[in-house]
Amino acid sequence: MSQAVDEIKIGGLGASRKRVEDNRFIRGKGNYTDDITLPGMLHLEILRSPLAHARIKSIDASKAWDIPGVHLVLTGEMMATRNLAWMPTLSYDTQAVLATDKVRFQGQEVACVIADDPYIAKDACEAIDVDYEPLPVIVNPAQAMADGAPVIRDDKENQADNVIYDWEVGDGAGTEAAFAAADVISKLTLHYPRSHPSPIECCGSIADFNRATSKLTVYMTTQAPHIIRAAVALVAELPEHMIRIISPDIGGGFGNKVPVYPGYVCSILASILLERPVKWIEDKSGNLISTGFARDVYLDGEMALRRDGKILAVRMHTDADHGAFFSDAQPSKFKIGLMHSAFAAYDIPVAHLTARGMYTNKAPGGVAYRCSFRVTEAMFFQERMMQAAADDLGLDQAEFRRMNFVADGDFPHRTPFGFLTDSGQYAKCLDVGLRAIGYADFRRQQEEARARGRLLGLGISTMTEPLGAGNSREYDILGIKMFDSAELKVHMTGKAIVRTGARGQGQGHETTWAQIVAHELGIPAEDVVVEEGDTDTAPFGMGTYASRSTPVAGAAVAMVSRKIRAKARRLAAHLLEVSEEDIEWELGRFYVRSAPDRGVTIQECAMAAYSNMPDGMEPGLENTAYYDPPNLTWPFAVYIVTVEVDPDTGVWDVLNMVAVDDCGVRINPMIVEGQIMGGLTEAYAMSNMQFITFDADGNCVGSNYMDYLLPTAWETPGFELHSEVVTPCPHHPIGAKGIGECAAVGGPAAFVNAVLDALHGTGVRNIDMPLLPDRVWEAITQRHDVSGAPPVRSDD
Amino acid sequence: MTVVFEDHGDEAGAAASVPVRRIKFTINGQKKIAEVEPRLLLAHLIRRGLGLTGTHMGCDTTNCGACTVLVDGRPVKSCTMLAVQADGHEITTVEGLAGAAELHPLQEGFKEEHGLQCGFCTPGMMLAAKALLDENPDPGEEDVRWALSGNLCRCTGYQNIVKSVLWAAGKLRAEG
Repeated sequence: MSQAVDEIKIGGLGASRKRVEDNRFIRGKGNYTDDITLPGMLHLEILRSPLAHARIKSIDASKAWDIPGVHLVLTGEMMATRNLAWMPTLSYDTQAVLATDKVRFQGQEVACVIADDPYIAKDACEAIDVDYEPLPVIVNPAQAMADGAPVIRDDKENQADNVIYDWEVGDGAGTEAAFAAADVISKLTLHYPRSHPSPIECCGSIADFNRATSKLTVYMTTQAPHIIRAAVALVAELPEHMIRIISPDIGGGFGNKVPVYPGYVCSILASILLERPVKWIEDKSGNLISTGFARDVYLDGEMALRRDGKILAVRMHTDADHGAFFSDAQPSKFKIGLMHSAFAAYDIPVAHLTARGMYTNKAPGGVAYRCSFRVTEAMFFQERMMQAAADDLGLDQAEFRRMNFVADGDFPHRTPFGFLTDSGQYAKCLDVGLRAIGYADFRRQQEEARARGRLLGLGISTMTEPLGAGNSREYDILGIKMFDSAELKVHMTGKAIVRTGARGQGQGHETTWAQIVAHELGIPAEDVVVEEGDTDTAPFGMGTYASRSTPVAGAAVAMVSRKIRAKARRLAAHLLEVSEEDIEWELGRFYVRSAPDRGVTIQECAMAAYSNMPDGMEPGLENTAYYDPPNLTWPFAVYIVTVEVDPDTGVWDVLNMVAVDDCGVRINPMIVEGQIMGGLTEAYAMSNMQFITFDADGNCVGSNYMDYLLPTAWETPGFELHSEVVTPCPHHPIGAKGIGECAAVGGPAAFVNAVLDALHGTGVRNIDMPLLPDRVWEAITQRHDVSGAPPVRSDD
Repeated sequence: MTVVFEDHGDEAGAAASVPVRRIKFTINGQKKIAEVEPRLLLAHLIRRGLGLTGTHMGCDTTNCGACTVLVDGRPVKSCTMLAVQADGHEITTVEGLAGAAELHPLQEGFKEEHGLQCGFCTPGMMLAAKALLDENPDPGEEDVRWALSGNLCRCTGYQNIVKSVLWAAGKLRAEG
């Protein structure tokens, strides 16, 4: 007699199961791209431009060719003979692989050397002589728009200026009318600084072209192997079935490892030319100055308000600095990503957003750094604007938010920009957060402290993030619809393998996908192995970014498990010699409704699928599901921070931080909390120290970890996490929403709001991130706003 | 590294012009002799020369600590130490952390307390933590945060790394 299994014991939904992947990582037995060595492998190094904008007059590589151990030197001119000097980006633009006509940002790829040893390749790069003619440099959108500004993309026909797009969404006329009727209009202008996702592992690839089989295998640091396969097929003009992309262990991604980079393309071409494996491993400076930056958006907005606090309308304008090439990886229909998700948690009748994108002499990117396509900028502006508006109205920060929240009973809710939010308990999350931080008490302490000259501040931020792109009606990248997939094979002994089209980079897919199978089928999670990242074996999927794995690939895992269960039910009926209608399911077991003691386990059904199937049934217990989500998922969070600012130095310390995340059903609570803490740390980093800027000549400040500051264990504050609010996603098969990015999205505004709250009464409305001590000190002493936009200020 | 060059007949083999030094060292308890270019970084000797890929290269500038190993028991960032400087010294990498045991308590602790996500910084973190625990078997949270402040992690936010180290300290003390 079989029994239903205990879900938590088998590592199902809700179990804080220890991670499977840890077993190799704690032993130093991970398999990252740079850990792979192939027979006969050569090494590729890239020569980068020292100048931000310059015409290339000549390249003399003769001395490089002469160095013993050098096999190949590639320049743009040579790439051009194979039509590979330029490549398409994921946003319908083109990007130089190796520069031919001119360089357009500092760090741009100019040439590369392939040699026996990386040291030799680096020597040879230094031996290449490039003659540059410097050109005027543009480092911000205002310069890009100025009269007489040089046209950066003179390679493009019909490109007479530096504007990439001019885009709008929402109701312009309706918004205008609402502003005309407003009691109070509140305004805010700010710059969300350029940041770099900066995983500790840099990008890299090993291309291995085999002439005998015509097959190209590329091991590479990619979050989206199938997109890369399609891109390689298009760029390198190789047949897609002869391309195998393998994404081994990834040492962090955060959006940095979504785009196609010149180094990948160069290693592929070099391997084809030399017929040997070619490894390219980027150094940290190369990573920071040339790959997938994020943000760098100028936001300008205003809010129409009724005197009692009701928000009547919102108007926003964004100028985005995209660098020299428009190579965002984002849905094709939305030029500024999901910026228009701003204010989705608030009940606002009408809104209008205009957006311009600009070319500048900076590295390309604009990737979704731990966020769903510009949502970070949207939520940051939203919560900074909410603080400014509440101050203008003289209302309490918490109450102003509460009175404007979309109410629990009002879902589904159509936002003024057209999204459909479907679930949430916003006020409850706020209440949990206020209680945890001790809101009323802190406000009293703040008053007392201020009387004694101490500056305490409290910042509130809320966020709702549209996660899990697609649906495929609205979401595509280069026309490829955004769905995802899972394949499940249950072997005859009841053990199983799951493969998905996602590719984790530390999120714990190997642990959690097995938990979803355990939840759906009752097969213990430890009996399920998970594999991702190999395009020859994994079903087609769009990869892992924008917190889409659980909402889309995770849903596919549930759906394919249900297909397996449906077939297992037929097998159970056969084994129990009853009709299918007489069978009931409980976790891990089918039984006869009228005789619950008579049952068979899922494992017995699996055995039958290979050894005792009914006449006419196709053998085996395997299936694949492609999942196209009906809507995005909408997690919600409230983050509250208290700080103390030192008025003499501008240094600020975090006193407490409370995070209330409602991400629906949690598959593995331990992993979810790990994701939240990681996101909060990145939020703290962006608000406190982490940014990339440029001087007037386009020199990158932040090109290495001595200048690009990331918080260590010493600076990073402790976090108090709350999980008591759970609003299941109404359309996700197991009720889950995304979580990987929420804290990085919603967190920064909480820190900034806290510091500005400490400066309340000084007339300072904004200090741009990061809130470096000198900026805060300037705001305190000079009593004015402090901009952080490039070019970086000179000391003289 | 062994490097085979093309022979263009111009001189008696360019390989001969690469200077080489002979060094002796101990790694994870095993005595080794190596012939290395004087400019070879210790991290590259470990990764490419010895095939011990658990020591990772993150930043090249001594900031991130992914390449942390122990040299004579002290944590060192092997990306900015030359291999020739290891001559006569004793190196421990993550592969030697457990010794004869299945796992070192730090390795157990990191798994137990979810002290890692992508795993890239983990070997360096564990070795920096081992150096701390060897000196201070009963550290407080502040001690751990200070000892690990030369190692960057982008995934975890450190809170669970600190817990992992404290877990290991507890186990080591219990084991005596």
